[in-house]
Amino acid sequence: MEATPWTASAGAEPIIELKGLKKRYGEQMAVNGLDLHIAKGEIFGLLGPNGAGKTTTILMMLGLTEPTGGSVRVCGLDPARNPLTVKRRVGYMPDDVGFYEDRTALDNLMFTARLNRIPSAQARQLADRLLERVGLAEARDKKVGAFSRGMRQRLGIADVLIKQPDIVILDEPTLGIDPEGVRELLRLIRELSRQDGLTVLLSSHHLHQVQQICDRVGLFVRGELIAQGDVPSLARQLDQDGTVTVELAVGGWNDRLAETLASLPGVKEVRAENASEIDSETGAADAAQIAAPTTEDAVDTTLVALVCDRDVASEASAAIVQGGGRLLAMKRKQYGLDDIYHRYFEGGTRA
Amino acid sequence: MKDTAIGAARWRSWITGLRRGGKEASLSAAPGTPSPFWVIVQKEFGDHMRSWRFGILIGIIALACIGSIYAAVTALQSGVEAQATDTEYLFLQMFTASDGSLPTFATFVTFLGPLMGIALGFDAVNAERNKGTLGRLLSQPVYRDDFILAKFTASLLLIAVALYALGFLVMGLGLLTIGYPPTPEEFIRVALFLFVAVVYVGFWLNLSILFSIRFRQAATSALSGIALWLFFSIFYGMIVGLIEKATAPAETSALSILIRHAEQMLLLNRLSPSFLFTELTTTLLTPGVRSLGPLTTAQVVGAIASPLPLGQSILLCWPQLVGLLAATMICFGISYALFMRQEIRSRA
Repeated sequence: MEATPWTASAGAEPIIELKGLKKRYGEQMAVNGLDLHIAKGEIFGLLGPNGAGKTTTILMMLGLTEPTGGSVRVCGLDPARNPLTVKRRVGYMPDDVGFYEDRTALDNLMFTARLNRIPSAQARQLADRLLERVGLAEARDKKVGAFSRGMRQRLGIADVLIKQPDIVILDEPTLGIDPEGVRELLRLIRELSRQDGLTVLLSSHHLHQVQQICDRVGLFVRGELIAQGDVPSLARQLDQDGTVTVELAVGGWNDRLAETLASLPGVKEVRAENASEIDSETGAADAAQIAAPTTEDAVDTTLVALVCDRDVASEASAAIVQGGGRLLAMKRKQYGLDDIYHRYFEGGTRA
Repeated sequence: MKDTAIGAARWRSWITGLRRGGKEASLSAAPGTPSPFWVIVQKEFGDHMRSWRFGILIGIIALACIGSIYAAVTALQSGVEAQATDTEYLFLQMFTASDGSLPTFATFVTFLGPLMGIALGFDAVNAERNKGTLGRLLSQPVYRDDFILAKFTASLLLIAVALYALGFLVMGLGLLTIGYPPTPEEFIRVALFLFVAVVYVGFWLNLSILFSIRFRQAATSALSGIALWLFFSIFYGMIVGLIEKATAPAETSALSILIRHAEQMLLLNRLSPSFLFTELTTTLLTPGVRSLGPLTTAQVVGAIASPLPLGQSILLCWPQLVGLLAATMICFGISYALFMRQEIRSRA
């Protein structure tokens, strides 16, 4: 699928602008012709499997790696030409962020603040406030060596914020923390973005997390951005030709029912398969979910997928009941991020 | 008056602008805050001071130095009693004399100095990388070259402080035990010797920083550094000795051939930084040394056997000093080039 460049909507000027960005390592293209615009105040999720080129892209945005081709503009500046100004305004938390272990949390924050030339009195206040905000006020004078993974990540957030950036880039911020920690961290990120008007770019391969807090996501596979937009619009992109799929679990399925359904206005295609023969590739999770209430007569249950150009659920159910079939379950298929992910990543790896 | 101040400020900003490729010279900074370079230097210096590693090293070196003073003092006392010692530069012999039980201070510095340099530099960059702090640090407004330069500067400062402290300690102890005050020239000679020692250790420091950039594992980089150190301190002299024997012309050869051979061997020896340092130490601490190369009898005829003045000693060893500085700078240049091209990824 062709990536459609997202054009900045009225009023929102792009704060990060990538055009035809390329990075080559030897024979391999790590990033291949990336176009991306991120507006001010947005939370953008860069979603992709490991090795898709997410980190490379981020490093190029910070001027830590030189692009092979294309252009990068961050806050209207070229990071390769003005690295210091860009780094002053962009806070970056690498995946697996590290701290000086034999120094305290406060020392680590103060060091970052001093590198950003923040006067020490002000830095001290900021550090205290940020530690409070990320919930590490009590661990302020503890050595970072004794910190848990989640604490480190939260300290990482404080560390990113102490320079009072315009843009925050978080590389895999949720990696390796427990679900409760993840929720807390995401809530924190969202809060920060909304309260301070920060632009947040976060990369992840955890689609659910990205879905929770991102305004828009970009799917990044093999160095190419294959789709971007908000989650509903990605789902629409996935629904080819604007068709709707209605899934039914029917007991007592027969050919006559199939004919009736096929003759309903709007139905384009009827696909039926026995529940016991469902092959895992076509979404075993969905099938199992639909067939769940009918375990006792699973053998008799047929899963039917109606591909139609409008929602025909009520007509279909009426037709089945009138035709003598038993309607056990019915669901209009919604594309979640899971399907999107699966579908695009499959397409990406096969291409 | 005001004009000159403005002129100077403009001149300075022009120079920084030139260095930084323009534009960013006026990067907003609160007045009175140290530049990131000095912030890193301070932090590194503090880290070294607190580290066990430095404590152990300084312990070893201090013990060695105290031992060498003891050896020197006993040698001097017996020598003076036997009228065997030239009393003119008696104080300098604190650093070069020994009763044979322990090596001299100069030898200790030649041998242990590199170890100190290697110990302070071998994990300078790769430890940051492995701890995941490199990416975080370099995403702050810091130039990459400032980062390695700051690492180098901090360690070099520490080395300078340590060596000068030790040197002055030896001088003070010597003063107490032999009761013979140094002349200003002797003092300057010792200060210069310590400076040269800092340059020499600085070379090893730089080499180990280079290894720490090249090798991702701290152990590999430490071992490479130590291997080179052992090679130059022990094996290199042996190898040159072997080559010398193998290629030696017959004793009856013409003078020019003999001299050419001797000079070639000297050149080979001088490829080793520890040999350069030995030559420097000898010249600075033993004013009687008049030449570092072969001398013919014809050249010596008519010369008055007197010590060289300070200026002449410096002139004599100047090329060696420049050689050491050049080696240091080459190492730094290579480190710089390598580091600039390296990927900054955490723990990858």
